[in-house]
Amino acid sequence: MEATQKTKKKDDKKTIKCVVWDLDNTVWDGVLLEDENVILKADVVEIIKELDERGILQSIASKNNHDDAMRKLEEFGIADYFLYPQINWNSKASSCEQIAKLINIGIDTFAFVDDQPFEREEVAFNHPQVLCLDALNLDGMLDLDVMIPRFITDDSKKRRQMYMADIERKKVEEEFVGPTDEFLASLDMTFTIDPAKEEDLKRAEELTQRTNQLNTTGYTYNYDELDEFRQSDDHLLLIAGLEDKYGTYGKIGLALVETGEEVWKIKLLLLSCRVMSRGVGSILINHILQSAKAAGKRLQAEFLQTDRNRMMYITYKFADFKEVDKQGDLIIFENDLTRLQPFPEYVNVQIG
Amino acid sequence: MEANKVKIREFLSRHFKNHDLKDDEDIFALGFVNSLFAMQLVMFVEGEFGIRVENEDLDLANFRTVDAIATLVEKKAA
Repeated sequence: MEATQKTKKKDDKKTIKCVVWDLDNTVWDGVLLEDENVILKADVVEIIKELDERGILQSIASKNNHDDAMRKLEEFGIADYFLYPQINWNSKASSCEQIAKLINIGIDTFAFVDDQPFEREEVAFNHPQVLCLDALNLDGMLDLDVMIPRFITDDSKKRRQMYMADIERKKVEEEFVGPTDEFLASLDMTFTIDPAKEEDLKRAEELTQRTNQLNTTGYTYNYDELDEFRQSDDHLLLIAGLEDKYGTYGKIGLALVETGEEVWKIKLLLLSCRVMSRGVGSILINHILQSAKAAGKRLQAEFLQTDRNRMMYITYKFADFKEVDKQGDLIIFENDLTRLQPFPEYVNVQIG
Repeated sequence: MEANKVKIREFLSRHFKNHDLKDDEDIFALGFVNSLFAMQLVMFVEGEFGIRVENEDLDLANFRTVDAIATLVEKKAA
């Protein structure tokens, strides 16, 4: 298969990454401010649990007293399903925006569930990309195409727990006074780089589809294409994982290198945005640089600029890549392999 | 120019603690440059001095030393 023929086709595969729930008359019957004895809706709990299994994140936008509502959620035993619950008196459009910012994913991957037409319209008016659903008519919600991720991987099942661990990390990070390297060292990180195995392919496909910001080209590849690359002599398909003292981040990086006769070319290099502040992207690039040099090849990289992936452009430039060609939007970088950095001390790197 | 250098030095000193950074010293020779630091540096330069760093300005040579960054800022602000 010829990888250069691939083009961007993100939008036709958009699935929901986060469902934001209202509380009163949505998750439970009744209005908490009026009557403390609200009744949890069993069918909604089933939906919440199923979405969680599928790796779809969930949060709350509710106009209520924060502490009262949280106490109720805990009493019902469902508080842990929700990341960054927004229980306050702000508009729900702004609550959704806040959740998107805190989780660090695009609001165009959100769905919002509320029983009040006013609230749905207010969200839809400000964020037309958000899918707004009527809480009184949720039959079939789980069968919607956008609610069905193409694959459900081990990583997707653990997604909520991994975000929870992130929240814990962030708290510690905010309280940490000192240079970044010192903080990173305190995390006790292990970064692994391995040739992708068959069991990694679902996650690899998921990564090509879910990752927008830390993605050098945005090329999406399906399972079968990735399986071919994995077994091809002309390609190197690398998958990277990260863990630290708070737990695992799962598989969070992917690189596809076309290993030509004279020139190796990085077709795709991506990292999950959850590891943005961990400084591991450069390690993956450095590993590829070192491998190319050891093999006696030149090293190039393709780059397709979007309005969201500037950080990867900067990453390449600061890793001493130079633009050598430009074909429309496609930039070709080359690294002359004269300035290779050793791996940083703050992370334990394991190459498989 | 000198005022800008003070700000740049102050920003860099947060990353290179316990090191008395000279204006012509290569910061990339001091340790591993990770993508996070690179991004923070670019965001700092843009935010602090109100300039837009274009793709063609994103060259290591423009960020290698305090002097180089100050020169870039001056050029872009002109």
